[in-house]
Amino acid sequence: MTENPVHKRIQQEIDDNPVILYMKGTPVFPQCGFSAACVQVLNHLGIKFRGVDVLQDPSLRDGIKTFSDWPTIPQLYVKGEFVGGCDILREMFDTGELQTLFQGHGIKGNEE
Amino acid sequence: MNIQETIITKLTNSLALSHIEVINESFMHNVPPDSETHFKLVVVAKDFDQKNRLQRQKLVYQILSTELSGAVHALTMHTLTPHEWEKDKSISTTSPECLGGSATDN
Repeated sequence: MTENPVHKRIQQEIDDNPVILYMKGTPVFPQCGFSAACVQVLNHLGIKFRGVDVLQDPSLRDGIKTFSDWPTIPQLYVKGEFVGGCDILREMFDTGELQTLFQGHGIKGNEE
Repeated sequence: MNIQETIITKLTNSLALSHIEVINESFMHNVPPDSETHFKLVVVAKDFDQKNRLQRQKLVYQILSTELSGAVHALTMHTLTPHEWEKDKSISTTSPECLGGSATDN
């Protein structure tokens, strides 16, 4: 798995960034409604995150799918762990699980 | 069989469903009329018992992998167990709007 240079890059990024969103477009200018919805949830909670635009790099766009074994983008990683895509993020936000996840990792939003 | 019917058939054949909704939301997006590119699924199946959200969605993705690597550009899905569905049938979160990005792939 780490043989693949793109997977290696992704592993490095998710190790280096506590909250990282692989998305289409940038947090300021998302180019897909699903990516925009994820950004909105994270911003709403005041969570600092890194956004990586997969549209800038076709190998990354494919690589993140094989890395996570997940066929769609956006994809959120928290502390190196794959959380899910837009549906999962929104469901977890609605139930409060997302907030609990961030708190559990000591990641502070704007409510603390 | 169109894609919507294919999705229903595949899920019906692969899962112990108690409820399914497959809604074509392509009209909300930057695609030609009558496209079948964007779908919303509500899938209620016993198979989801003891599975977390990731495992449930992965299961659906696997069943629909051919469609996802082809014409289908986006799937919004809600995956529930029959028990969860009985408790809350109001699950129908609005789907994100298209922002016009790439119109051809996922």
